[in-house]
Amino acid sequence: MKTLLAALLCWALIVPAAFAVQPDEILADPALEERARDLSKELRCVVCQNEAIDTSNAGMARDMRVLLRERLVAGDSDDQVRDFFVARYGDYVLMNPPIKGSTYVLWFGPAIVLLLAAVFVWRAARRHKATAAPAAGLSAEEQARLDRLLSDRDNG
Amino acid sequence: MRQRLLVFLPLLAFLVLAGYFLWGLNPDRDPSIVPSVLIDKPVPETSLPALAGLLQPGIEPASFAIGEPVVVNFFASWCIPCRAEHPLIARLAEQEGLTVYGVNYKDKPDAAFAWLEDLGNPYHAVGADGSGRTGIDWGLTGVPETFIIDGEGVIRYRHVGPIDTTILEDRILPFVETLR
Repeated sequence: MKTLLAALLCWALIVPAAFAVQPDEILADPALEERARDLSKELRCVVCQNEAIDTSNAGMARDMRVLLRERLVAGDSDDQVRDFFVARYGDYVLMNPPIKGSTYVLWFGPAIVLLLAAVFVWRAARRHKATAAPAAGLSAEEQARLDRLLSDRDNG
Repeated sequence: MRQRLLVFLPLLAFLVLAGYFLWGLNPDRDPSIVPSVLIDKPVPETSLPALAGLLQPGIEPASFAIGEPVVVNFFASWCIPCRAEHPLIARLAEQEGLTVYGVNYKDKPDAAFAWLEDLGNPYHAVGADGSGRTGIDWGLTGVPETFIIDGEGVIRYRHVGPIDTTILEDRILPFVETLR
């Protein structure tokens, strides 16, 4: 009885992690289905916040998954499917924004800021080294005074 | 001199950041709205059968580009905000004299028919988009959504969510005037 309960509990814990993809959506051809799954991880659900249609339970996401599979069955390439959705929803529908003029700041901005920061730190470090020049030894007078102080302490 | 200019760098960085924050805090900005890519593009190829029970034609490609602006309103009987904006859609058709098409999005035809019987049917044509495919072709993200199409059949304006009196009077009507 306990084992059965444990098994049921395990099952209950696993099931919520199962896919939003319903059995009736899955294509018979495993290769095509694999491509559909990969593509649906790249396409954003337009009624959710930052969730791919692959994991969304929204009705709109389901419609898009079914449509995506229909396009694949009709012989579209992956790029053609992406373009199909981009033509309707813009780049917003892609989970990864494409690299192009308007997104250069997004893609390269952080690297440029890091680079600038590195240049600043490097220059500041160099300047610091230059100003804190190594002291040129003690003069004879200073050495004499130091010796006196040290002998005072030792005798002290 | 160059050192002096560098002093202003933190200020510049602060101003840029503050600008972004100001933009982000703007209460009129709704981050959930997906910007439409269809603005200034011709209407997608749209052929929809008429809603069952209505003595009206459906929507065809020839329904657009009729030489005057056309309003396309996506609605559904299960959509509460659609009910809220319905009197204003009626006002667009009846008082402002606009051609208004309804697209009944993913609805049961009899429920939609009863809804229009109940609230009145302001539409010049109602197409039934039971599968939601036309919605996807139009880049729809939910109902209600309202598009304004110019006389040449080009989408010029899109409103996401229900229309209220302010939106109607401050944005939609002035925009339609520019198209007439």
